[in-house]
Amino acid sequence: MLFQDIIFWVLAVTAIGAALGVVLIRDLFRSALLLAVVFVAVAGFFALLSAEFLAVVQVLIYVGAISILFIFAIMLTRNVREGNLPNRLQLPAVLFPALLLAALVVAVVSSDWRPIPEEELGRAQLTQTQAVNIVAEETLAAEGFSTAAALENAQQAGLADLLIGAFVLPFEAVSLLLLAALIGGLALARSRGG
Amino acid sequence: MVPLVYFQLLSAALFIIGLYGVMARRSAVLIIMSIELMLNAVNINLIAAASHREGWGSFVNFDGQIIAIFIITVAAAEVGLAMAIILRMYRNRATVNVDEIDLMKW
Repeated sequence: MLFQDIIFWVLAVTAIGAALGVVLIRDLFRSALLLAVVFVAVAGFFALLSAEFLAVVQVLIYVGAISILFIFAIMLTRNVREGNLPNRLQLPAVLFPALLLAALVVAVVSSDWRPIPEEELGRAQLTQTQAVNIVAEETLAAEGFSTAAALENAQQAGLADLLIGAFVLPFEAVSLLLLAALIGGLALARSRGG
Repeated sequence: MVPLVYFQLLSAALFIIGLYGVMARRSAVLIIMSIELMLNAVNINLIAAASHREGWGSFVNFDGQIIAIFIITVAAAEVGLAMAIILRMYRNRATVNVDEIDLMKW
């Protein structure tokens, strides 16, 4: 068994076990802590999938900020004493997700997840060049990026290129959304007025 | 590399657990936590699909990662607003149980 496989299974068991704990445990404070465990495991998956930047972002934003926000919300409301109660929707709440899970598993397993075949690669790349704005290897070699590691590093800049290149409009829209959410949150949570 | 199907099955499992949490629990805070679980499942799916594209030569595809970044940002904004609403709700009604919040029900 490969090293990556072992890491995957350890992370998978951690993530699913902790996620089950989040929804099933009575104590809400413990659910919030288990949610942080799920977030760390997901960051591990990102690192395993060689999305290092997103792994760091996941730890910073989810583990560092969002988990703390949840713990604050639980402490500031009376939720800790009441606990994690079920509502009156138990039967449909088990049936519908179970059916959906079965459908998803069938869809995932029966689909043919091959990468794009060789003969169609040229056409596919042609349609993607607009979005994938990465410097060609020849250009990089001319600039002095000779080793494979340096080449890979230079191409990692593609994420930043995309973010302020092809995806600049969603990027700006999302920054506006964050500002609006910040002001809205302040206005809502203020103790007087509003 | 671990096959794409494993990541997709894992993502489906996490999503379903989150869906159960949204449907079956009373506390508004736990419902938001379950929504975060579902969003994380979607992110795993996107990034797994983005990094399992073989045969692209020097073309590294970052589209999935970009969309995941946007999802993380929107999720952060959503949690911030949701927490403000929940605190407000608790101050006005002294409860955060979603089946007792019936202000807008006819």
